[in-house]
Parts: sequence; structure tokens; C-alpha cells
Amino acid sequence: MVPVDWYMGLAAALFLIGALGMLLRRNALVMFMCIELMLNAVNLTLISAGRVMNDLNGQVAVFFILVVAAAEVVVGLAIIVAIFRRRSTASVDELSELRG
Amino acid sequence: MAESILFVIAALAALAGAVTVVVARNPVYSAVGLLGTLFSVAVLYVIQLAHLVAAVQVIVYAGAVMTLFLFVIMLIGVDKEENRVEPLPMQRLWVGVLAGAIIAFAAGITLIGDFVWVPAASSAVIADNTNGTIQAIAEPMFTDWVLAFEATALLLTIAAAGAVVLAQFKRKAA
Repeated sequence: MVPVDWYMGLAAALFLIGALGMLLRRNALVMFMCIELMLNAVNLTLISAGRVMNDLNGQVAVFFILVVAAAEVVVGLAIIVAIFRRRSTASVDELSELRG
Repeated sequence: MAESILFVIAALAALAGAVTVVVARNPVYSAVGLLGTLFSVAVLYVIQLAHLVAAVQVIVYAGAVMTLFLFVIMLIGVDKEENRVEPLPMQRLWVGVLAGAIIAFAAGITLIGDFVWVPAASSAVIADNTNGTIQAIAEPMFTDWVLAFEATALLLTIAAAGAVVLAQFKRKAA
């Protein structure tokens, strides 16, 4: 059996890559994908910890995270499309001012 | 043994996909990289007996969410190069320093001290209790977590309505 530390290390690495992408990229779509990456890393920690602690609630929590992530993607992509229609850009640098 | 080999393969694939998401210039490549990561994480779920979660991961994420992503990428256009002008000078250097410090801290407390990531019941766990079949998942979900379940149903409805409102094409007056 693979020790749980390996899973935790992998999840930490995935989360770090996602966070770095969030900080380094300017394309709103890619930033969204990095958010998905971080959510997946957290899901992996929940599943791994649930297995080691012999608790099924970790998997139930992952389900709710999946649903919330799906809702977040739907609204977020709709916002990106709406912004693109007005400004015809998806770069967050060009959308830095909060004006209409 | 087979589990270790499978873990190494899936972990490397997940990391490769994640790096692709960040470094790829073309958003389509980023999406494909994310798809690989999602599949690899689903494999890791299967290794850990979370069968239902793995299936839902593939159906919802790899199926629905990635399709939505690719659809929006195609809609918005993929050819545009990101502009490389730095509004905040030195920010990348500071991000690198910060990330290095965090990695060093995490590796330090893991390697030096006898830090455990998860307080395990015992080192050799019999995973009967966490075998994520549909029956096993449904039992806590519809008893202890039923309020959260209803709340997420409401959340999904609101999200769908919000997306419809946001995506409505409003013709500009005059």
C-alpha cells in the first residue's frame, strides 16, 4: 500500500503548481483552470485522509466540492464570456479597472 | 507493488498535466493538460477505493466541465498571445522567492521533524470502511449530510439561472 504521505506530497505539489499558475498567467481561462487544479489537489487530500482515518465522510465532502466547483465554472465562464463580449479580451491585466 | 507502480505513473501524469496547464501558451493545450491531470487524479481515487468519486470525477470534470472550457476557448478565440509587459516590476521574482520559501518550509517540517500529514488510526489500515461503493456513499449523504445536499441542489439551480442571465445577449440601445 502506498503510504499516505506520498498522496499528500503529490496533492501539495499540484496545489502549488495551480497557485503559481494563478499568479503567473494573465489569461482568465487559464487562471480558471488553475483554480480547478487547486480544487483537485484538495479533493485528493480529502480522499487520502479519509482512507487513512477510515472515514467515509471525506468522500462525501469531495462530492460537495465537485458540485460547488461545477457551479463555479458555469458562473465564471459566463462572466468571462460576458466580459469578452464587451471588451473583446480575456486578459485580466486589461480588465484591472473596475469601471463599466 | 502494482499499486505503487500505478501510483507513480498516475502521479507523474498528473504533475505533467499540471505543468502543461501553467506553461502552455495556447489555452487549448492548457485544457488538454488539465484533462490529463483530472484523469490521473481519477486513477488515484480508484487506487484508494473511491470508485464512485472516480466515476463522478470523469463524468462531471472530464466530461462536462472540460467540454465547457473548450467550448468557451473556441468561442473567445485562441490565437491571441498574452502580452508580456510587466505592470508590477519584479513580481515574478518575488513569487519565486515566496514559492521557494514555502516549499522549503513544507519539505523541512516533513523531513526533519517526525511530522505526520494525517493522524492515522494505524499504519496498516484495513480499508473496508472506506470502500466507496454507491451504497456506502449514499448512506451518510442522505442522513448526516442531507441539508448540505439540498443546499447544493439550490446552489446548482441558482448557478444555472445566473449563467443564463449573464450570457443573455443584450443589444445596445442606440
